[in-house]
Amino acid sequence: MRNVKRQLLAGPYLLWMAGFILLPVVMILYYAFTTTSGHFTLLNISSIFASIHLKSLFLSLKLAVICTGVCLALSYPLAMILNNMKEKSQGFIVFIFILPMWMNFMLRILAWKLLLSNNGVINTILEGLGLPVLDVLNTPAAVVFCMVYDFLPFMILPIYNAMSRIQQDIIEAAGDLGAGSVTIFFKIIVPLTMPGVVSGIIMVFVPALTSFAISDLLGGGKVLLIGNVIEQAFMQEYNWNLGSGLSLVLMIFVIASMALMSSKGEEGGAGVW
Amino acid sequence: MVKKSAERIYLAFIFLFLYLPIGVLIVLSFNNSKTRVQWGGFTLKWYKNLFSSGSIMEAFGTTLFISLASALFATLLGTLAALGIDAMKKRNQAVMIGATNIPLLNADIVTGLSMMLLFVRFTRLGMSTVLIAHITFNIPYVILNVLPKLKQSSRTTYEAALDLGATPLYAFFKIIWPQIRPGVFSGFLMAMTMSLDDFSVTYFTKGAGIHTLSTMIYTEMRKGIRLEMYALSTILFLLALVLLLFMNFGPSARREEA
Repeated sequence: MRNVKRQLLAGPYLLWMAGFILLPVVMILYYAFTTTSGHFTLLNISSIFASIHLKSLFLSLKLAVICTGVCLALSYPLAMILNNMKEKSQGFIVFIFILPMWMNFMLRILAWKLLLSNNGVINTILEGLGLPVLDVLNTPAAVVFCMVYDFLPFMILPIYNAMSRIQQDIIEAAGDLGAGSVTIFFKIIVPLTMPGVVSGIIMVFVPALTSFAISDLLGGGKVLLIGNVIEQAFMQEYNWNLGSGLSLVLMIFVIASMALMSSKGEEGGAGVW
Repeated sequence: MVKKSAERIYLAFIFLFLYLPIGVLIVLSFNNSKTRVQWGGFTLKWYKNLFSSGSIMEAFGTTLFISLASALFATLLGTLAALGIDAMKKRNQAVMIGATNIPLLNADIVTGLSMMLLFVRFTRLGMSTVLIAHITFNIPYVILNVLPKLKQSSRTTYEAALDLGATPLYAFFKIIWPQIRPGVFSGFLMAMTMSLDDFSVTYFTKGAGIHTLSTMIYTEMRKGIRLEMYALSTILFLLALVLLLFMNFGPSARREEA
């Protein structure tokens, strides 16, 4: 009896959830499947196959994959080095590599723009050394650089956490049984850090795929990601139906990529022994 | 030996990558020059201008208000929800947690846009819509921090207290609250950080004339940024540094470890 009473404590949240989580999803669905006059249509969804939309979707996927790959390639060795450090200094050094995450997202983009702009810091230094200047701002490369910068801590943290949970005994036992360091790496460390890698990939890939602010500010209007197309549909063309349709497609891509990654993670985890 | 120095170089490389942009911002905030990248001597004038700039201070105030208020309200609602969910049957729990995960897993842009679509149907966009949106994406962080603590806490002690004549409220504050308090606090802090850092959801749910720091910097970056913003970012970075140092290595952190 007491249990039922306590369950009522979740009541306010249940109402909140219905109003502000489920209802908005219903709104997106409604707009996605209707025309401006309220008739049923599939055109908003199928417009993803229009060549401009398809192009920006592929560009988003490409940049997100590159960004995730670079983050993974940078984070994995970093996590290993951090994990092998002496206990005493470890906490502080890990802290240093996570700290930039607490800098405001917009300020990080601003800082990166300062570095890359044509008369920015990097080019001033290159000029001073008599080297050719980089013309990287307003290109997809600038967007990827900034995405990597923004999302790198999201990859470092889960991989490092997974690595620090590996018991040293297992590695020593493998060594005693004659495994070399390469075998230990591929047979023990990689499989046991797989869950961390998977959550790192999800935490980087999803924001990279859906971001619009970075490409807007560092792409100079030339790098049109699917997020930018959706934002423009809503805020500039006021075509909410089209925007909702494309949002729905984006949602499906997010869910699909997460489902794919989680299943990969389980396979990797199960295939160890 | 070679391996050791290779590791050092690698750490230094990543460190440079992470901190060079922040360092440049900090250096330029003291730069007495209009051309941004040329050094024109040391000055504190951007800091002085910053504190006398009404619009920046207002955006700063709005940001603080929204993140504090939304985190507080989300903590209240989320903690109550966690208590309720914890008392539910397994299957209902799974449904509740699944629904709670929606805003966490969904793309920010979709969360923001879907809420905007709802809000404009019933009301004008303004400060309150931003607040509702922030509370909504903050609640999951609280629930997911409190629920594990509740699972660890012992039910029998609470029931024993009731058997011995304690009122449910008294037993809650004497027994359950001390056990879930760390989870409630970390949920609150996480919610506040997420709210402080948010851009996308705010951008779509705010009304005209309202700015948080994120949306203000976004607008300014497209038109030309004021140098006071560099001063502001320096201050914010130092604040985050001090706060995190204290939380991680301060006296309370040590006690928890022991």
